[in-house]
Amino acid sequence: MNPGMNSAFNSGMAPVATPFFFYMLSGLAIVGGLLVITRRNAVHSALALIVTLLAVAGLYLMLYAPFVAGVQIIVYAGGIMVLFLFVIMLVNIERSSKERRFNRMWPVGLAAACALMALFVSAFVKGRALFPDRMMSLPESSNTQQIATMLYGEAGRMGQYTFAFEIASLLLLVAILGAVIMTKKKI
Amino acid sequence: MPNFVMSYLGSTVTPGEAGNQFWALIYVLIIFTGVSVAVIAMNWIERKALAHFQVRLGPMRVGPHGLLQPFADALKLMLKEDIIPAAADQFVFWVAPLIGLLAAFTVYTVIPFGPSQAVSDMNIGILFMLGVSSLGVLGIVVAGWASNSHYPLIGALRSSAQMVSYEVAMGLAVVSAVLMTSMNEKGTGTLSMIGIVQAQQQQGVWFIFKFFPLGFIAFVIFSIAMIAETNRAPFDMAEAESELTAGYHTEYSGLRWSLFMLAEYAAMIAVSSIAVTLWLGGWMRPFANLLHAPAWDFIFSLFPGLTFGSLAAIAFVGVTRMPAHSFFKIQRIGLAVFAALLGFIALLLLAIAIVGRSADASLAARFNEGIDYVYWFVLKVAVFMYLFIWYRATWPRYRFDQLMRIGWKVLLPISLGVLVVTAIVGVIVS
Repeated sequence: MNPGMNSAFNSGMAPVATPFFFYMLSGLAIVGGLLVITRRNAVHSALALIVTLLAVAGLYLMLYAPFVAGVQIIVYAGGIMVLFLFVIMLVNIERSSKERRFNRMWPVGLAAACALMALFVSAFVKGRALFPDRMMSLPESSNTQQIATMLYGEAGRMGQYTFAFEIASLLLLVAILGAVIMTKKKI
Repeated sequence: MPNFVMSYLGSTVTPGEAGNQFWALIYVLIIFTGVSVAVIAMNWIERKALAHFQVRLGPMRVGPHGLLQPFADALKLMLKEDIIPAAADQFVFWVAPLIGLLAAFTVYTVIPFGPSQAVSDMNIGILFMLGVSSLGVLGIVVAGWASNSHYPLIGALRSSAQMVSYEVAMGLAVVSAVLMTSMNEKGTGTLSMIGIVQAQQQQGVWFIFKFFPLGFIAFVIFSIAMIAETNRAPFDMAEAESELTAGYHTEYSGLRWSLFMLAEYAAMIAVSSIAVTLWLGGWMRPFANLLHAPAWDFIFSLFPGLTFGSLAAIAFVGVTRMPAHSFFKIQRIGLAVFAALLGFIALLLLAIAIVGRSADASLAARFNEGIDYVYWFVLKVAVFMYLFIWYRATWPRYRFDQLMRIGWKVLLPISLGVLVVTAIVGVIVS
């Protein structure tokens, strides 16, 4: 292919990862999160949660982490939320929507949320040196391969996170077995 | 402006890769139109084919052999009153078909109709496709709930349970195909849709034939799971009309109902495209590695023209066989015009194939290549679409417990086994 022919086609516009999209996605995530806790109807809350999760997936994409974004969509939006909805549909919405939402536990919840936020802020302020001062940019074309190398290592060498990854998978396996044992009385 | 168009037609990368939003938009519009037309055509073919399976004639009145029936249906659905039940959850009822439609059409951004004939090529292509197509179930679930009626709710519950179960087997079958892409010198595979087809090109084998019968078993598992994913017979528990009236869309009518149908058929085409991309060599023509002489290239590039030519011939035969009564005069003229149109397209495609036969970088050659890629891809998908109809006509519907048993106790262990054996064989071979 001669390069001259391609030039007009390739003269694309600015990349999509602009501040506009960042604020849009963050705003969507926050609005969705607020709707989750304020809607009386549990199904509406679940739908708002899906919006939040998809917005977060979009944020991952903006951080050049397409693999994490894809997994976020498959696992959370596609898998877990379907199960959520499945369970919520079996709940009697009529009755649950008449119950008082913010009962006397809400000051405790608020305090816990504030404490968590203080923790995050202090971790960010005190431990600033630990955070990279700019975004780590894995090339988009080999993002998945890089993650695989980190998790599983290269030929004959353990990856950076192989041990933690295997431990986590073991934990999940135990959780699955536990769920099966708890639901099935006779095995 | 002509320069701009030319530069696009000569491009070797997808608009997404080139970062060209304008052409990406054009692509999206073309694909949207193409898929909508395919859905309309599929509607007619399904009714006709099902009718012939059952020794009926099917639609015959609207246009010759009912060719205009889908348009009449579409018109009727658009004019029909759009009823929202009083007890329904208004907003969710309104938004549910859109969720399904969005999920079904978003998937098309990564479907590779050719090495540069895709909106974009993502590094996570197959992951994106599986993820977004799994969002389609949300539309069904939410529609069933929002109708505030028993049959839709049962349909929605069945549908969600079914999708969650079959997604597992489907994902594992896909992983075993992705594993096969890593059988090269570097030992790194790919999730990108274009990359998967290119891996098949490099290895000189469609993955359905790779490590026979491992690739074939994975393919069969996927093609069973994809029927369950799209809620088609014999797994159409969500809309089992003999038990649940119409399942999750019982309360829907008019345009909103037709959006559900559009989403269902678009999703069918999308999952068929995944199967074609992963196991059937995507845009590659048959025997690409055996018969690779330029002469063979030329012969295979005649196929698109010949296909349209034979369609035109069938239409012309239809014209001659129309009853001579003056009542059929308009239909006859219409069919003749349609046949002439098909014949014109055939001649155009043949001309492009002949002019573009030289394998240089001329525009005609590039164009010819592009047509070939799209043609073979669409043809393979069309086979799957016909299979969908064939299944529906052949097999009785499964009971729900049978469905679950197949999903969890048959497909899941087999797909796990295939995955493990594929990995072992791959390590031994490489």
